[in-house]
Amino acid sequence: MATRTPPQAGIGDVLLKGGRLVDPAQGADGACDLLLRGGRVEQVGPGLPVGEARVIEIPDGLVVCPGLIDMHVHLREPGQEYKETIRSGALAALAGGFTGVACMPNTVPVNDHPGVTTQIVRKAAEAGLAHVYPIGAVTAGSRGEQMTEFGALREAGCVAVSDDGHPVADALMMRRALEYASMFGMPVINHCEDPSLKDDGSAHEGPTAAELGLRGIPGAAEEVMVARDVALSELTGGSVHIAHMSVAGSLRAVRAGKERGVRVTCEVTPHHFILSDEQLTYDTNFKMNPPLRGTVDRDAMLEGLADGSIDAIATDHAPHHADDKAVEFDKAPFGIIGLETAIPLVLDRLLHTGHLSLTRIVELLATNPARILGLPGGSLAPGAPADVTVLAPDAEVEVSAAAFRSRARNTPFDGWKLKGAAAAVLVGGRTAYVNDQVAAATAFEVP
Amino acid sequence: MTPRTPADTGPAAASGQLSRLRSPHLLSAADLTPEEVLLILDTAGAMREVGTRPIKKVPALRGKTVVNLFFEPSTRTRTSFEIAEKRLSADALNIAASGSSVVKGETLADTARNLEAMAPDIIVIRHQASGACHLLADICSSRIVNAGDGMHEHPTQALLDLLTIRDHKPDFARLKVAIIGDLLHSRVMRSNVRLLTMLGADVWVCGPPTMMPAGIELQGVTATSSIDAAVEGADVVMMLRIQLERMSGHFFPSLREYHELFGLSAARLARARPDVIVMHPGPLNRGVEIASEVADGPYSVILEQVSNGVALRMAVLYLIAGVSEGVD
Repeated sequence: MATRTPPQAGIGDVLLKGGRLVDPAQGADGACDLLLRGGRVEQVGPGLPVGEARVIEIPDGLVVCPGLIDMHVHLREPGQEYKETIRSGALAALAGGFTGVACMPNTVPVNDHPGVTTQIVRKAAEAGLAHVYPIGAVTAGSRGEQMTEFGALREAGCVAVSDDGHPVADALMMRRALEYASMFGMPVINHCEDPSLKDDGSAHEGPTAAELGLRGIPGAAEEVMVARDVALSELTGGSVHIAHMSVAGSLRAVRAGKERGVRVTCEVTPHHFILSDEQLTYDTNFKMNPPLRGTVDRDAMLEGLADGSIDAIATDHAPHHADDKAVEFDKAPFGIIGLETAIPLVLDRLLHTGHLSLTRIVELLATNPARILGLPGGSLAPGAPADVTVLAPDAEVEVSAAAFRSRARNTPFDGWKLKGAAAAVLVGGRTAYVNDQVAAATAFEVP
Repeated sequence: MTPRTPADTGPAAASGQLSRLRSPHLLSAADLTPEEVLLILDTAGAMREVGTRPIKKVPALRGKTVVNLFFEPSTRTRTSFEIAEKRLSADALNIAASGSSVVKGETLADTARNLEAMAPDIIVIRHQASGACHLLADICSSRIVNAGDGMHEHPTQALLDLLTIRDHKPDFARLKVAIIGDLLHSRVMRSNVRLLTMLGADVWVCGPPTMMPAGIELQGVTATSSIDAAVEGADVVMMLRIQLERMSGHFFPSLREYHELFGLSAARLARARPDVIVMHPGPLNRGVEIASEVADGPYSVILEQVSNGVALRMAVLYLIAGVSEGVD
């Protein structure tokens, strides 16, 4: 592995030659070269002339696609740098095949003020790794009482607003947030979960939680708020994005809304379409919110990915220190990390099973996240940022938490053997990450 | 040399040739096989005799250190374990959360590591979090006995309940057992359901729908909110305590109505078999889940349960310690 700092200027032409280019935004899927110039895509097409460009020969079997964007991560900085920092999180993003991440505002202090946003933007620029897109809080301190200054947050660099970790519980507040955010073209991302129904639950309400004696969080806690938000989006015309959707009923509500033309989008995490509460034990690396749901819900998520009603795959990367997790299940914080496992999981469980096409996968991981958040990436059309992810769908990998670039190790997937990985990542035309586990990726090494 | 166990001295050991438990820990009733359950009950049967001696002590656990680590208030269970340990000549010490480093913010894992460093042989743990004993078993090389973990399990309570039932009704497979009350929060119910269904009993669980655990019927029981249906023809009626300390409201409107709908009165009990036995793990909420006339009445075996607790826990500690000498 090599991680390099992409300079912002003075990059010569780079030509990615060969390989299969998949870019749903252009309807492209096939043998195609890609010429990058000055941090942007210059030209796309078969057999492009080399000219002055440095050539990266893409080996057969690899796939060139727009830089992947994880639209839901927690970077913990400022305030909880012992769990993760913007730099370690951005390193993890690159190593996971992502050129950009959108970070949730539940830092300490909460990103509810342009001062905090500015700090995040500055730290991300200093790291000079992946793009970091801050998400501002909907309400001050995410306490649900006083709306934040969306205009100032937008100006400072926020791409959306959310109180993630907490729902926007008050329906009137959600209504006003949707109305007000629409003025700035920002979606409101909601962690949908009725607090009274969640109560002090720590696992999905079902036979497994009952057996383990864990307090349940019913699927309906999510579904009722998703249904509410679809109705409020319809009422206001504002864009709502459902974070980490996990139950079948929520998907039904989203589908029904989309059929009526409501501006609702949604994401699902790899763990919610791969695992279910059947895997649940007292291992706190299986504790996250929303919790691992029933198999019916998991299967519904797979269906929603295939039929197009789910817009994005996001990881909800939630780093926690081992000490925080080495406690009683009830006491452990919710959340698992996902940046460095997402691509292998997606390729193994969705592509190689024949469940989704590569085009659909790229749509879920790049095209749609960019569209929902209004980001410049998500496409390799001429003029787009030269952010590129190269996938090695056939690479055999074993998840090793000990080798993660993230500061955290809280994953339930440690030791999993999977097929598929990110081979390399270019940010702004610069090779920012090369996966030396994928032998064929040596071509990306910059002399 | 064949190790002698108390079971050898008991009448017709139903557990057959089995003389050891497979697991060094007792975390969940679900970890036991039917043969192991019977071994524990047979061993407890023999241990009962120790309690009738003028000097109620055998050297079986001499030189063994047993720590009773109690994070929740407990009178019955802690005393029962402590008496059991003393009758087996173990060195027993009690740690209560209120007098420990827990109040200084020490994590359970650190408490466990520190205890571990002092090399106790057995740790008996009572904790408000489900799975706390599993966390301890992961960290410690001591043997762990679960004395109640949150809403998960209370295996020694269920085993002593079985011992009590067997004294009156030896064939579990012929019994209808009704477990009635706050099912959702009850670790006693969970352990009993596992053991009783394992031994072939017809188990009914009864409580208001608000306190019915999701998917309880998957555990091989009949679930109902009709106490009359549950009690009808029952051989054993096991009442559960309304656990006000584990509740966060909204489960039922009032204790009065709860008693009206789910309290065990003498009139209701008349639906059961004439030789019914009434059980309760304690502590009682008189006039709530059980009327005093029933708790103190002729069918009640509630105090037998308590007596049996000592012998049963002696058996569990003895078997868990893997002692191969006899009790004499």
